[in-house]
Amino acid sequence: MTARAREAWAGYAFAAPTLVLLGVFVLLPLGGAAVISLQETNGFGAGTFVGLDNYRQLVQDPVFWRASLNTALYTVLVTPAAMAIGLGLALLLDSALPARGVLRSVLILPMAISGVATALMGVLIFDENSGFLAQVSLAMGLPQVDWQTHGPAAFASVVIMTLWWRVGFNMLIYLAGLQGVAPELYEAARLDGANAWQRLRHVTVPQLSPQSFFLVILNIIYSFQVFDIVFVMTGGGPERATTVLVTYAYDTGFVTRDQGYAAAIGVVLLAVTLVVTGLRWRAERRREESE
Amino acid sequence: MSSHLARRRSAAWARLLGALLAAVVILFPLYWMVVVAFSTRSSLSGGGLRLWPEQATLDNFRRVFEAFPVLTWFGNSLAIALVTSVIIVLVNLLAGYAFAHLRFPGSGALLLVALSTLMLPVQVIMVGLFRLVTELGLYGSYWAVILPTAASAFGVFLARQFILTIPRELMEAARIDGATHLQIFLRIVLPLSRPLIAVLFFMSMLQTWNDFAWPLIALRDNALYTLPVGLLFLQGQFGPDYGATMAFALITVAPMVLVFLLAQRWFVQGFSRSGLR
Repeated sequence: MTARAREAWAGYAFAAPTLVLLGVFVLLPLGGAAVISLQETNGFGAGTFVGLDNYRQLVQDPVFWRASLNTALYTVLVTPAAMAIGLGLALLLDSALPARGVLRSVLILPMAISGVATALMGVLIFDENSGFLAQVSLAMGLPQVDWQTHGPAAFASVVIMTLWWRVGFNMLIYLAGLQGVAPELYEAARLDGANAWQRLRHVTVPQLSPQSFFLVILNIIYSFQVFDIVFVMTGGGPERATTVLVTYAYDTGFVTRDQGYAAAIGVVLLAVTLVVTGLRWRAERRREESE
Repeated sequence: MSSHLARRRSAAWARLLGALLAAVVILFPLYWMVVVAFSTRSSLSGGGLRLWPEQATLDNFRRVFEAFPVLTWFGNSLAIALVTSVIIVLVNLLAGYAFAHLRFPGSGALLLVALSTLMLPVQVIMVGLFRLVTELGLYGSYWAVILPTAASAFGVFLARQFILTIPRELMEAARIDGATHLQIFLRIVLPLSRPLIAVLFFMSMLQTWNDFAWPLIALRDNALYTLPVGLLFLQGQFGPDYGATMAFALITVAPMVLVFLLAQRWFVQGFSRSGLR
């Protein structure tokens, strides 16, 4: 065997364990999900093929539309907020500051905490009767907010806990990006008479565009997948106000056990993820080319 | 000139204040969890706002340990997280070496396929995965959680980027001396990859330890639950007994928080060395 052939064989052999795992436990079930989405099945025994019935039912299902709307709203609220706050904190912690290391550790700490625990802390804070906020407003004579029974308030509480959980990661990525910005750029901008805001807009933000791109994609994907926080904090309620696509798919697939329908929801979610990230990708490429 | 100095000083104060405020907001829920976990039941049900437990008690922990197999769940979490992370580190490192330094037809396409699975959340395929795991006879076992979680391309990219920074000449020299590719991997790549292994192992542990949706679906037997699944189960049983729930949440959260605080310096460096900046 030539050295070249040996190298090729070694390459396949080394890559094989990962590729086999991904093939069996990701790609195969993906194909399976596509097939199941064309069936009516409760998950036990063979299902019956019903063609596109599940998808037809989706289009007419008000809960599906509500869950889609909620997922979109959640993504649109969380993505820019997590990035803006993350950037703000990164700028703060990049400047001269006492105890910078400790502060950084504190701000990225939520990364180590599970979604379930985060959601339970959320319950503890937003509980209408005994929660921290209820007690504060009671003690201060402020009006009570119905965090659990009022739809928009419940939605807001989910968004707030998500931000608590995710802002640190956004900050971390921006902080790493800031290390790579040449100080000369700021010096030059200063000499040109740019004020702090102008330096931020015309030097910092453009220099951080690779990080921003990475974070937009990641925040969108994470937001589409939101599950733990909603599932534990609100269970999708009140009255579907916080139901998102993944909690709806879980409910249909594993509670009411209409797995064909649940698979169809998953397939739609995947399609939307691909379209949105694809569009974002193209926009980014175009932006890079125009520079 | 002095007013300029004063302005700079007040700006520095404003920055410090902002950073401290952010730190308080982040720490408060965790602090509150600790307070509730150590509070007596009566002090929690009584009204009024207290910012610390009036008399600290271990009663919540005792009740949780009496009612649930907490140590078993802890052991399950640890075993599943360790085995999964070892598999991830091993297979991702091998793949990272292949994609970084070995030339084989189709490597670019295979890498792309592997990385594109990153975008595919378990939630999208959970019904198909559930079916597969059932057909393989794994449903309800440790392996039902471990194998799908270990199927992760997350580290492949990280490993490839890191191994690319190892000088090619080292490997060329070994090859001229007659070393096989496996020997090169074991004797050159592996020893030089210690920071990568640490970061990858740590991040896999963190992710697996905290995983919820898939273990919730894949496990059915109370005795095999992991901590996050047990936490939900316990919350369902104890209902609004926040003291007990928070005591258990603290047991779940504390180990990873400790590890995270100890390891986060590596973590940040690992991120920057693998080209994510």
